[in-house]
Amino acid sequence: MSKELLKFRITEMLPSASFDESGEWLNVEVTAAEWPTLAGALCKDSHLALDYMFCLTCIDWKTHLTMVYHLHSTSFRHNIVVKVKLDRAKPEVVSVCKCWRTAEFHEREVYEMFGVNFLNHPDLRLLILPDGWEGKNPLRKDFEDPINMIRL
Amino acid sequence: MYRETQIIKETSPGIVGETGEFTINVGPQHPATHGVLHLVITLSGETIMKVEPHLGYIHRSIEKMCESLTYRQFIYVTSRMDYLSSHINNHACALCVEKGMQIEVPERAKVIRVLMDELTRIASHELWWGAMAMDLGAFTPFFHAFRERESINEIMEETCGARLTMNYNVPGGVMQDLHPDFQRKVKEFLKLYKSKIHEYDELVTGNIIFQNRMKGVGILSAKDAISYGCSGPTARGSAVSSDIRKVYPYGIYDKLEFDEVLETGCDSFARYMVRIREMQQSIRIIEQLIDNIPEGDFQAKTKAVLKLPKGEFYTKVETARGELGVYIVSEGGTTPYRIKFRSPGFSNLSVLDHIARGSKIGDLVAMMGTLDLVIPDIDR
Amino acid sequence: MSVKQNTANDFPGQIHENPGGGIVLSKLDDIINWARSNSLWPLTFATSCCGIEYMAVAGAKYDFSRFGFEVARATPRQADVIIIAGTIVNKMAPVLKRLYDQMADPKYVIAMGACAISGGPFFYNTYSVVKGADHVIPVDVYVAGCPPRPEALLHALISLQNKIKAGMTREQIRTDKD
Repeated sequence: MSKELLKFRITEMLPSASFDESGEWLNVEVTAAEWPTLAGALCKDSHLALDYMFCLTCIDWKTHLTMVYHLHSTSFRHNIVVKVKLDRAKPEVVSVCKCWRTAEFHEREVYEMFGVNFLNHPDLRLLILPDGWEGKNPLRKDFEDPINMIRL
Repeated sequence: MYRETQIIKETSPGIVGETGEFTINVGPQHPATHGVLHLVITLSGETIMKVEPHLGYIHRSIEKMCESLTYRQFIYVTSRMDYLSSHINNHACALCVEKGMQIEVPERAKVIRVLMDELTRIASHELWWGAMAMDLGAFTPFFHAFRERESINEIMEETCGARLTMNYNVPGGVMQDLHPDFQRKVKEFLKLYKSKIHEYDELVTGNIIFQNRMKGVGILSAKDAISYGCSGPTARGSAVSSDIRKVYPYGIYDKLEFDEVLETGCDSFARYMVRIREMQQSIRIIEQLIDNIPEGDFQAKTKAVLKLPKGEFYTKVETARGELGVYIVSEGGTTPYRIKFRSPGFSNLSVLDHIARGSKIGDLVAMMGTLDLVIPDIDR
Repeated sequence: MSVKQNTANDFPGQIHENPGGGIVLSKLDDIINWARSNSLWPLTFATSCCGIEYMAVAGAKYDFSRFGFEVARATPRQADVIIIAGTIVNKMAPVLKRLYDQMADPKYVIAMGACAISGGPFFYNTYSVVKGADHVIPVDVYVAGCPPRPEALLHALISLQNKIKAGMTREQIRTDKD
């Protein structure tokens, strides 16, 4: 499906979504409040068939956080990238692991690395970091650890 | 959507109530986990109720580290990430930087990269085969696998200078030209390999005990494989077409003749067969290329200091374990602003709980073996 | 106590030939050390890349069973030597300490590869890597390389044998003082 068709289809689902076509794939920007509605529609829609989430990550922009979801359709071979802007002081977004089950692990990773709180996540705990690291978010830009980290 | 413990209790007779459940730890130091994976398994009798992976025993904070390394420097870290397919990891990173810088790679470099990729893939599958057979109780296949693997390592060492962590790719091509003996050595290897490959089937694949341990174990449906984000042989064992070499051809894969290996068994044996047949496809690719390496430069001329333009770049390649994605967010500087490695093992591991529930604890090793987990790749 | 550069076959002591049989004159300590050094059982402890080279040493081409190392044990209670093959991170460090504590005396440690020696390529800007396994447990022999070649590991294993025969490992010196 071409970028125009994808854009048309997503606008039908969520008229307030904004688009960025400069990259390789279509970028869709939505707010955290609208994202659960769009996610539900995206994974159910049989014309888009975006059934494969191949990447879920977060970027710390120092002023805000951005959740990045890369979605792919195994039947039609098109991709879209969804970006959700979050408040840095209190990042909260609804979990999408009901739609794509791979999100469960990836969201746990983002939770410990960036401190994003995923609502309705079935099991939001530390996955990689040892116990006692709750609240320290190593991939944030202002993370400092004078004991373990030797700066070059 | 989640298979709750309750459902298993209702469907499988002979399981006692809440009091009969207990937990055991497998790992972090356990030979069958191929590294330092820690699984907390809830059992009722011998039946697995739940498998809970605990990661991070080899979390080396590679993503944080890469934020302070330049685009030339960060490639070496990635060969320590998934060390069994280190050349393919380097390839992915080099491709991503080239995409950002819009560097045109010479044809010779592309061919060399693909040749090395396929040799790496064979070496990786060899090791998987030996280690998995060892997990299931057969020790001899390990020695057979390492016999062929050593000849690949020798070829690698001559050209790249290292046996395991090659760091042969640089943005714009490869680090140095092929060793003069390369073609002869590879042809010798092909000859040796073809004369030995039937031993694999005789020793392991055709063995009835082995088949009984693998067939019908760890059923993963195509729909679940997609939903859990599985890729590589794990997904292709469930007939999900997911070979990046076919779907998003990179390098010169679109000009080559090879088949995407698909199996419809959906069980551990299907995943096993995918890898065995994939080795033969890799041999096919090497045979097409080994006499047709074009002359020319092995490296494009690049600036000494690489600066990616502002933007986001994503490349994906097919490693021996599945889809590796490299996601670079650049702010225009000499180092990446944020880098994310979408590792195939991380998603493949997340499916373990789903496929293991309701089966016996003895089958867990067979399931873990066919997922082909490399723990540093999962933890990064 | 002097450091003797023994080869693997050298038996400590002198043989006095007599009609009808010989007499061996030796120290009991030397014989015990000689016996110990020739049947060291390693623990299968591989955290990352070096583990693959460790497996290559176990394979047919390099074959460490020539020197008495082939019985790789999966449990620390049956092992004599830990070969730390790979990076040790903060989460793994307590596990490594516990494994070392569970091993029966005498026990020896080989740090294989740059990560186990000093953190290696993961020294700077990482928040989770232990900068050298000797922060956690004492190490007898260090092997450089990233990963070391199989020959390098074999050399380390033979060095450890020589060290044990000479009575120069950390543990033997400590016992002598008591």
